[in-house]
Amino acid sequence: MSQVHDHGRGGPPVIGPGHTYASVTDKISSIVLARRTPLFWLLGFFVSFLLTMVLLGAVGYLFAKGVGIWGVNQPIGWGFAIINFVWWIGIGHAGTLISAILLLLRQEWRTSINRFAEAMTLFAVACAALFPVLHLGRPWLAYWLLPYPNTMALWPQWRSPLVWDVFAVSTYASVSLLFWFVGLIPDLATLRDRAKRKGFQIFYGMLAMGWRGSALHWYRYETAYLLLAGLATPLVISVHTVVSFDFTVGIIPGWHSTIFPPYFVAGAIYAGFAMVLLLAIPLRKVYGLEDFITMRHLQNMAKILLATGLIVGYGYVIEAFMAWYSANPYEGYMIGNRMRGPYAPIYWSLMLCNIVTPQLLWLKRVRSSPPALFGIALVVSIGMWLERFVIVVTSLHRDFLPSSWGMYYPTIWDWATFAGTIGLFLALLFLFIRFLPMISIFEMRTLVPEAGPLAMQPIPEHSVAGEEG
Amino acid sequence: MKKSSVGLPVHPSSTTKIGHAAGLPEGLDRRELFKFMGASLALAGVTACTRQPTEKIVPYVRQPEEIVPGKPLFFATAMTMGGLATGLLVESQMGRPTKVEGNPLHPASLGATDAFAQASVLSLYDPDRSQTLLDLGEIRPWSAFLGEMRLVLEEERSRRGAGLRILTETVSSPTLARQLTELLAALPEARWHQWEAAAPDNARAGAVLAIGSPVNVIPHVDAADVILSLDADFLTCGPAHVRLARDFAARRHAGSSGAEMNRLYVVESTMTATGAKADHRRPLKASEIEPFARSVAAAVGLGAPSGSAEAGGPFAADRFARAVAADLQRHRGRGLVLAGDHQTPAVHALAHALNGMLGNTGWTVVYTEPIEARPEIELESLRALVADLGAGKVRTLLILGGNPVFNAPADLGFRAALGKVARRVHLSLENDETSEECQWHVPEAHFLEAWSDARAFDGTASIVQPLIAPLYGGKSAHEVLAALSDQPEQSGYELVRATWKTRMAGEFETAWRRALHDGVIPGTALPVRAMATASLPIETRLATVEAPVSKTLSAGRETGAAAVARPAAERVQTGAETLEITFRPDPTIHDGRFANNGWLQELPKPITKVTWDNVAAISPATAQRLGIRNEDVLELSFSGRRVRAPAWVVPGHPDDSVGVTLGYGRTKAGHFGSRAGFDAYSIRPAAALWQGAGVEVRKTGEKYPIAVTQSHHAMEGRNLARTAAVEEIRREPEAIAKMGEEPPPGLSLYPPHPAHGYAWGMAIDLSSCVGCNACVVACTAENNVPIVGKDQVVRGREMQWLRIDHYADGDAANPRHIFQPVACVHCENAPCELVCPTAATVHSAEGLNDMIYNRCVGTRYCSNNCPYKVRRFNFYHYSTQFRAPSMRMLANPDVTVRWRGVMEKCTYCVQRISEGKIRSELENRTVRDGDIVTACQQACPAGAIVFGDIADRESRVSKMRRSNLSYGLLAELGTRPRTEYLAALTNPNPELGEARPA
Repeated sequence: MSQVHDHGRGGPPVIGPGHTYASVTDKISSIVLARRTPLFWLLGFFVSFLLTMVLLGAVGYLFAKGVGIWGVNQPIGWGFAIINFVWWIGIGHAGTLISAILLLLRQEWRTSINRFAEAMTLFAVACAALFPVLHLGRPWLAYWLLPYPNTMALWPQWRSPLVWDVFAVSTYASVSLLFWFVGLIPDLATLRDRAKRKGFQIFYGMLAMGWRGSALHWYRYETAYLLLAGLATPLVISVHTVVSFDFTVGIIPGWHSTIFPPYFVAGAIYAGFAMVLLLAIPLRKVYGLEDFITMRHLQNMAKILLATGLIVGYGYVIEAFMAWYSANPYEGYMIGNRMRGPYAPIYWSLMLCNIVTPQLLWLKRVRSSPPALFGIALVVSIGMWLERFVIVVTSLHRDFLPSSWGMYYPTIWDWATFAGTIGLFLALLFLFIRFLPMISIFEMRTLVPEAGPLAMQPIPEHSVAGEEG
Repeated sequence: MKKSSVGLPVHPSSTTKIGHAAGLPEGLDRRELFKFMGASLALAGVTACTRQPTEKIVPYVRQPEEIVPGKPLFFATAMTMGGLATGLLVESQMGRPTKVEGNPLHPASLGATDAFAQASVLSLYDPDRSQTLLDLGEIRPWSAFLGEMRLVLEEERSRRGAGLRILTETVSSPTLARQLTELLAALPEARWHQWEAAAPDNARAGAVLAIGSPVNVIPHVDAADVILSLDADFLTCGPAHVRLARDFAARRHAGSSGAEMNRLYVVESTMTATGAKADHRRPLKASEIEPFARSVAAAVGLGAPSGSAEAGGPFAADRFARAVAADLQRHRGRGLVLAGDHQTPAVHALAHALNGMLGNTGWTVVYTEPIEARPEIELESLRALVADLGAGKVRTLLILGGNPVFNAPADLGFRAALGKVARRVHLSLENDETSEECQWHVPEAHFLEAWSDARAFDGTASIVQPLIAPLYGGKSAHEVLAALSDQPEQSGYELVRATWKTRMAGEFETAWRRALHDGVIPGTALPVRAMATASLPIETRLATVEAPVSKTLSAGRETGAAAVARPAAERVQTGAETLEITFRPDPTIHDGRFANNGWLQELPKPITKVTWDNVAAISPATAQRLGIRNEDVLELSFSGRRVRAPAWVVPGHPDDSVGVTLGYGRTKAGHFGSRAGFDAYSIRPAAALWQGAGVEVRKTGEKYPIAVTQSHHAMEGRNLARTAAVEEIRREPEAIAKMGEEPPPGLSLYPPHPAHGYAWGMAIDLSSCVGCNACVVACTAENNVPIVGKDQVVRGREMQWLRIDHYADGDAANPRHIFQPVACVHCENAPCELVCPTAATVHSAEGLNDMIYNRCVGTRYCSNNCPYKVRRFNFYHYSTQFRAPSMRMLANPDVTVRWRGVMEKCTYCVQRISEGKIRSELENRTVRDGDIVTACQQACPAGAIVFGDIADRESRVSKMRRSNLSYGLLAELGTRPRTEYLAALTNPNPELGEARPA
């Protein structure tokens, strides 16, 4: 029946041996409540806080002067801002995929990584959501994209994919937040109960919303969680599909392509899993969580990375093929320009990062080496950023009329803003691992032997009764 | 209820309250309240009065007869370049001149203008203009200057003016000429000199050589079937180029309607817009033009017996020269040979002789008496002045306009000689390099601020009428000269009227008012002089070319023109290793006088699209040979002087030649002009004003960034600017349409826009467009388009709504060129409208793609999705240029000044459309074809741009769009552009093959 019994057949187990309810709870909650704040955390938070201040400075200067401080120009109206937006949104995808889709597919190995993957989603979406506002010529009027009642009796222009984006991203952000918070409630109650200091008791007590762990609570919790998972699942597909519409609805060669939606979704999952690996590998090491985030998790994620990488590679190949097959001179020039034009090094680095490097994951030796996985995840993250650079910049810089061709060079402020959002992302993540349980305590407890075979189901037995074969 | 006398209902109790007046413990009654209110209002009013600014605001008691707020008035005036006038109509908004248009009645304009005239209004408001009269840097009143001049007059009277010299630019103004004549009559020992850096000395010398006396040449380009240009950039340079471009374009349309189309051969030493329009172009080194002209002359049987190779020179067997000669011979009386102002007098003489020989004189070219008040070789005039200055003969030097310290030939030592003069006076618009060297500096009135008069290329006189009182108390040359007379306080108005009082036919006041209104004085065009040049012994004259030609012009002076006119063979033999250099006026800032004009600085040069700088142009082959790439800083050594210049590789430039333009490298020009470019005058000797051999080029290893608005000039095999030979179209009328495919209408996912009433559209004839840039500046002026500066142009952020794309395809040594003006094409299925999230760009019922600035949040998505890339974004708050108080007066009040973060683009001059519609509605009719003219259309000398209602099948634009040459740019995308292009027709000589490079 459930896959938990198949541990021995494949790779390593999803939880280290010898754990009990108590040891799981102790171990995870102690990171927040008992243990001293490690030096690693202090250093890491300090650096990411500094970067966040860089973001603040860059944004302040941007508001004072205008988007002219960036490298954007005519014809390249979008630059780092949109590249970073798409990149961050993509990264967010893995969290929702892990928590929602893998939940529905009853992949119980997701349990130990879903919490921080969801947190990663939220922070990535927060970083992403900054950019569409920052890149506006008049950012203080960003709310004009919302359909609010106004004296001008004007609505947004519904045919514009940017309006669709507003809805897609804000829906995604709110469902993700809700999903994450609902999942946290039982653990917040655990922390409330174990906290020694008054302040923490009040803090966690407020957030736990009166959770007592009654059967009714559990019943409602499981129902709500399942429903939210059902809601979040289509969002995983829709958000990046809508983001890809920003490009496909345009008529620019290199944008106007029907393959974009699936290829963007695959790319997002690809980038997201790379980021989960990037975060999980150091975290399990530093906090000694190798028992909870085991090699099994890393290997599974590596496999997903390989699979989505192949889909993305297919996208690249088909894009080039269609440019030739369509016999459209503009498309043909576009792909030739990517391969041989001034930005060719970026195109070929992208191919190296996103198609060639992940092929190492076919080797079991690579899949079982955390340092190797960390390296590959890093390369894939860079590769996915380069992919967005290629899509946004190389398509725009040489389109239909050669007379208006141009070049894009990012400025120091482009880099500062990008680095600043990485700082913001990490700073939020550091706060998260310090103040909230980064692994779901109650779900981990379902994995220990005490819980018994049936307890392995993350959802109550009765709710799926009859489906068990 | 009873009513008060003013009809307000009054509460009955109010009449019974009187008894309560004192005390009122229960509070105020209503009457009391009103009293207090009245008192406080009055007090508030009194106190408010004391806070009023002290300036008096005076409303119109009687509104001036003509001024209606919001309604512009137009006044006729004229602008001079090289002394010769172009007639203008200047728009005045409540007394502020804001926009310059051409005067349709003026022969040099015919309603069109050039870029300089369009930009002149910016110079008027330039905050860097000199604003005060200075004596040794101290501010002085005008009366102090008058006193000083009184002193000069008294001093010089005793010496019959022997110590007085006056230096002007070329003078055609009858009033100034009269004043100078009177002054020289009163002070016979005084001298008047002329110097202008771009004066057509060679043309004057050439006329003397060929005809025996200085003449004025008027080409009738519209009568010519075959035109040979010998280094003449007649379409974009010279005092008549606006007219010549119109005449030229008139014969470029002809091909489609079956009438004979003209054929243009251009042999030139730099890559010019005229060369780009040629049916056959041949790049030659400047020194090879003369041998080429001799070969053509020999081939048509001029002078030495044809067939003798020696007589024919090095080009005797040249296929191109022979084909040109044969074509000219086939079109006797309908051919035209034009020589460039910068070519040697011999080339001019040969052109005169060829025209005479071929029977063209009197048909395609006519002669009149000279137009200048005193035609002379200005180089000699300046040389004589420098000699007098150096000899210490001069006590007082009056420099009226011009900037000789900056632009005099480098080896004349003008600056050093100037120092020997006791009293130096400089009248100029800017406190410039020359002012710096003079004690007295008088701020000059801009031509829109002062009365004057001037003559056009055919002699037609115009009154230069001011539109505004001098902003900075400037004075005109007339007023400064008057200071040296017995009536020093005469105004320019009185002086100009005094000149014309005796010269105008009929009752003076009527004639004067007529002249002011029309902008031309009837009957002042010079009569055509009968000339039989064919009988002139041209070869004899050419053989004696060493003789001082200019003697007939200004007796007793040694000629510099003769040095330039040496038989060319000497210079041809210098070999390929010797590099030549050519000096030319800059296509956008001319001789440097427009250096501080931001519109002209940011205006892309027609061929290279370089802005804010001049470059050293070299051919691709020479660049390769010398290992030079774009933006390499070169050190040019010529005649013992050096200058550092950035290199720019120009396809079509002749090999082994370096082309530089004058006017840059100013040090005292103002915010924009100083520090821009390099000073080519610093290596320009008197012996080689326009070209010379032996320039040395050394790479310094440094790079200097150049701001271009177009960096890619190849069309990449796309059918963007379509072109076809006229023969091809005769064989296959649908050839142009077949070059691209257009999807059927109605393929859009969305329903078509509801259309009713007018349907605005535009047609641009690429055959006519000469790439002169007038439309670009006109658009800038009309639409308050900001300038952004070099650093922003480098980053691709120029704001001009209209650009002229230039494509050069084929052989890099001599490619085929084509110009294509591109602004918003107002697509019926506009990709920009679809993607704007805030509905800031929407479609109007009349088919305009409207931009709503205050709705724009600046996502730039519309620009990304625009296949024409015609949208412009305010990355910074560029419109701060309108912050200077004087610049605020420049802005067109009918057009919004845009804020930071907002997208903008061509609107088809929607303010003019509205104005036209309102006018038609007031007159209870519909808009007539031609009522509404866009700014670009109005400025275009060639008449290439036509705007109108395409719903009206009889409108000009409809007819043009129905032409078999009409096509939509990128129509294959289904955008259905409202602006269509008419393909450029060429008329190649079958003997030289279809390909343009000969």
